[in-house]
Amino acid sequence: MIEFKDVTKTFATKQGAVHAVQDVNLSIEDGHIYGIVGYSGAGKSTLVRMLNGLETPTSGSVDIDGVEITVLTGTKLREQRHKIGMIFQHFNLLWSRTVLQNIMFPLEIAGQSKAAAQKKAEHLADLVGLAGREQAYPSELSGGQKQRVGIARALANDPQILLSDEATSALDPQTTDEVLDLLLDINKKLNLTIVLITHEMHVIRKIADHVAVMEDGKIVEQGPVLEVFKRPKQAVTKRFVNEEVTPSLHDTTAVVEQLVAKYPKGTIVQLTFHGDQAKLPIVSEMLKQYGNLDLNIIEGNIHQTQEGAIGSLYIQITGDPADIDGALAYLQKLRVETEVLNRE
Amino acid sequence: MNDQGLSSYFQFSNVDWGNMLTSTWETLWLTIVSMIVVAILGIALGLLLFETTDSHNPLVRLLNWVVALFVNVFRSIPFIILIVLLLPITQKLVGTIIGPRAALPSLIISAAPFYARMVELAFHELDHGVVEAAESMGATRWQIIRKVLLPESMPALVSGITVTTISLIGYTAMAGAIGAGGLGNLAYQDGFQSNNNAITLVATVIIVIIVFIFQFLGDLAVKHIDKRA
Ligand SMILES: Nc1ncnc2c1ncn2[C@@H]1O[C@H](COP(=O)(O)OP(=O)(O)OP(=O)(O)O)[C@@H](O)[C@H]1O
Ligand SMILES: [Mg+2]
Repeated sequence: MIEFKDVTKTFATKQGAVHAVQDVNLSIEDGHIYGIVGYSGAGKSTLVRMLNGLETPTSGSVDIDGVEITVLTGTKLREQRHKIGMIFQHFNLLWSRTVLQNIMFPLEIAGQSKAAAQKKAEHLADLVGLAGREQAYPSELSGGQKQRVGIARALANDPQILLSDEATSALDPQTTDEVLDLLLDINKKLNLTIVLITHEMHVIRKIADHVAVMEDGKIVEQGPVLEVFKRPKQAVTKRFVNEEVTPSLHDTTAVVEQLVAKYPKGTIVQLTFHGDQAKLPIVSEMLKQYGNLDLNIIEGNIHQTQEGAIGSLYIQITGDPADIDGALAYLQKLRVETEVLNRE
Repeated sequence: MNDQGLSSYFQFSNVDWGNMLTSTWETLWLTIVSMIVVAILGIALGLLLFETTDSHNPLVRLLNWVVALFVNVFRSIPFIILIVLLLPITQKLVGTIIGPRAALPSLIISAAPFYARMVELAFHELDHGVVEAAESMGATRWQIIRKVLLPESMPALVSGITVTTISLIGYTAMAGAIGAGGLGNLAYQDGFQSNNNAITLVATVIIVIIVFIFQFLGDLAVKHIDKRA
């Protein structure tokens, strides 16, 4: 459990005081993937770097499992740091070391024997999907592979917490997805708490279960991802939510899981309407044709995008499987994009 | 009497090859010994400069200021003047002001600050993110120096010592001219002062070859350790 209490950080610069973080209160439960989103300069990095003491708050307290981080110094601080892994936007690998040696690096620092470190590193290379590339140098790897090394390195000392500062911002969309899948996988396998900084909504939607939105050093909105994004209250949050041009749940694993947990019965379908389709009574037509089905609307919205309006609707259908199939086929015939997210 | 024309450069019969070999060894010995000391001292000083910049501790700031002053002053004194300036100290330190060993103090004192600046620069040019990553893992300052700063800046350190060594070879020749032995001494005394141009030419060619060899070895080492490309 991570707790920020009344945390404030003010930098004194030549241009005057910069209030990077202001009165932040935030709790992060163990095993969660907590997203922190905000525009550049919002104070995300400053906040997260307090967790491993790379930054100390001007006032307030940062507490991990009952240990007050802000007062730790010397050996105590270094030992605490062994328990927190961190990954970076620009990977920050040692180019003079091979993949395996990079993963061994934190183990050497923690004072492990070479043999034990090597064994652990080999296992981790395997875990992140780098088997066979252990002897390569970072310069011989793609961006996605480099970040995999970064992740393996961050996991080397069996941390309880993984901090990710824009870890996918330097990667293309496809590679971003692969790295996010890996993080999600690790979160599940190791029950690791992940604190994830990003300015991309897509990243939050895909893997975060909770989110905090930061603006000008303050957290302006926080809560479960679905709730925050369903009813964004603050202007920044709305801007972030609307940034996603095609709101698709296609790759939003965490959100889907939340939906499935909430609506375990029947079939959950995402419908996407384009342009004029949004104005037609398509769903009620479908119900007329398949009168035995029960329909429950989970969520719906319309986005104005550059290509016109896009409506998306999440519905839960219960009833005879044959009828459900028929209904889906009917929707497809009308050229509504349908995507079955979960089927009982 | 020797011929004074251009052809005098090619009267190789006048060259005492035994002397030439001895002088070559003296030059090599001077170069290698001073290179080793300069490398160690330069890295230590460069590290000291790097680690003490931007400190908030006034004592550390003072140390940084003193070291920086030392480095800057000795880097700006022309070598030939430095030798003369250091004569009394050399006399005390080595017991003589003649011969290869007498050249060592001035060679080291002039080249170490030069190299120290290069070392400091090499550390500053490292990506700070890598140092920060090590910090976030709980590395001590000493671990960061040994496992990050030194290995990650190794190509720059090696190419820096190559450049420094090449100027050291030049300095040994200058030192030789005022009595420190080596090829410079031979070229000046047996060559120039005895009107024996062939000796000057041969000594020059050998020095050029030594420079080439050091450059070649340095480049080779850099190529071998640099895994960035
Ligand atoms: N060491 C520092 N000294 C002075 N000001 C700083 C320092 N570190 C951060 N700041 C300032 O604090 C504010 C918050 O910076 P921070 O890096 O936390 O933002 P961020 O949300 O991570 O932004 P980005 O998305 O660009 O990484 C900025 O105005 C920044 O200029
Ligand atoms: Mg940042």
